[in-house]
Amino acid sequence: MTIAVLLKQVPDTTAKISVSGGRVDESAVSKWSMSPYDEYALESALQLKESGGGDIVAITCGPARAAKMLTDAAAVGADSLLHVLVEDLNGLDSTHIQTILAAAASHCDARVVFCGKQAADTNAGSTGPGVAHLMGASCVTMVSEVVSEGDSFTAMRASAGGDQRVAVSAPCVFAFDKGTTELRRPNVRGIMMAKKKVAETLGPSDLGVDTSASSVSVDGHSPPPEKPPGQRFEGADSVAVVVSKLRDEANVI
Amino acid sequence: MQVTVIAESSKEGLHPVTAQLVGAAEAIGGTPTVLCAGGWGADEAASISGVAKVISVIGDCFGSFDGGAWSEALNSISEGDVIIAAATPAGREIAATMAAMRGIPIVQDATGMGPGISVTRPIYSGKAIETSTVGAPCAITVRANAFDAAGGGGSADVSTVNKSADVAVAVREAIAKASERLDVAEADIIISGGRGMGDPANFSHLEEIADIIGAAVGASRAAVDTWDEIPHGMQVGQTGKTVTPSLYIAVGISGAIQHLAGMRTSKYIVAINKDPDAPIFGVADYGIVATWEDALPALKAELGKL
Repeated sequence: MTIAVLLKQVPDTTAKISVSGGRVDESAVSKWSMSPYDEYALESALQLKESGGGDIVAITCGPARAAKMLTDAAAVGADSLLHVLVEDLNGLDSTHIQTILAAAASHCDARVVFCGKQAADTNAGSTGPGVAHLMGASCVTMVSEVVSEGDSFTAMRASAGGDQRVAVSAPCVFAFDKGTTELRRPNVRGIMMAKKKVAETLGPSDLGVDTSASSVSVDGHSPPPEKPPGQRFEGADSVAVVVSKLRDEANVI
Repeated sequence: MQVTVIAESSKEGLHPVTAQLVGAAEAIGGTPTVLCAGGWGADEAASISGVAKVISVIGDCFGSFDGGAWSEALNSISEGDVIIAAATPAGREIAATMAAMRGIPIVQDATGMGPGISVTRPIYSGKAIETSTVGAPCAITVRANAFDAAGGGGSADVSTVNKSADVAVAVREAIAKASERLDVAEADIIISGGRGMGDPANFSHLEEIADIIGAAVGASRAAVDTWDEIPHGMQVGQTGKTVTPSLYIAVGISGAIQHLAGMRTSKYIVAINKDPDAPIFGVADYGIVATWEDALPALKAELGKL
């Protein structure tokens, strides 16, 4: 069994985002990291492999800098790496990305796909369900844990009414929420081995995906609107004043 | 322009965000048809002003959630050029799947929409705002509380369509929620605690206040990561939930950039922190420099008087 794990390199959640010339300035990002939900997808795939066997292929679609993230994935145990090289992801819409990733999973003969529920940059959450449809796979989102049961899987997912344990068969896509699982850190041997691992690098056209036309155009980025400075009070005695302002000035209680 | 609005509804009825989705449809000059999965909330949806018609979609697949099956059933009925759903986990999944089924693009989590179709949405969890132009056909999900709700008093026709699809995700076991407390994603008022609360047991003080004003209790990532007793479901911020309540009260939260990203668009923010230099005061409408030990009893007493 091959498990494809879809990974995206994003600005670290601690990084400041600055806008210059109407666009987010990617060159000003201090640190790039694996998107946090994808880390849980990778960790769960590694655990599934340890309990049930199989191969893990880490797949990313992104610019050259994302190669480092694939090496990080290899350092914790990804068996093979596939990099679909796209220098400017902003030029692609959701349909392009999903078509590329579904084709990449198929290229690797993967019928089981793990991914994050959304990426920490676009915060969208379209990729898992979209890839699932394109693969003819079932999809489970908000997943915290996956266990294999013979030819099928059971997954723990969050829902509005509480957690549910659900069963699905391959082909299937699991989109992960943050779990309680501890993420593993690479050891020295893993890091050394990962340095020797070469990613297969393809372009979208190698996978038969045409990324030319899109009906979405990004007009620009801007910083979030600045809030006017608020009112400041000292000491617990001021609580009564604030409560009366919340009632009479803000009208929210 | 025909717009398909996917109602946010459940056995408990129609979720109020549905009227906001109708408001968003009207903001782009659309004529909204509301689809109610499982038939839930159809009569309530018909009373929303501006709704052209309501289709109550009943079928065996709506017994439990399978985004693929629900999308297939709903997609076969949807006639809109634009699909609008709520940016909830289920709404995002259904809209994304329907978009993939139609080969049309999707833009998630819109906070502003206008003719054209012009879409504004926060990216990097609110650290920046993106404006884009999206041609129809397309799918768009809409953040709760970002749009004015369409009013009541409507009387749209409700038709019932029997439509199902094969379910591939089988629920084996439903695990009751650990607490019956309101979810931060649903709440109009949130009171959150950070590591400054000192001990997870001290969150009981936040719960007492939450009970008085009908608030949900949230937490910072630092609190969730430090204490096992504080579940991730309570986390507000970039790797937790992004919230836009009317009132957000942050207690003992310093205001790390990830936390601010998840709550800065709240309508009003109150910060209680003993450190006068805490970054949380930078986004607070009302900042109180005090320890929680001093401030919370006073807050409880004052709110109790209302």
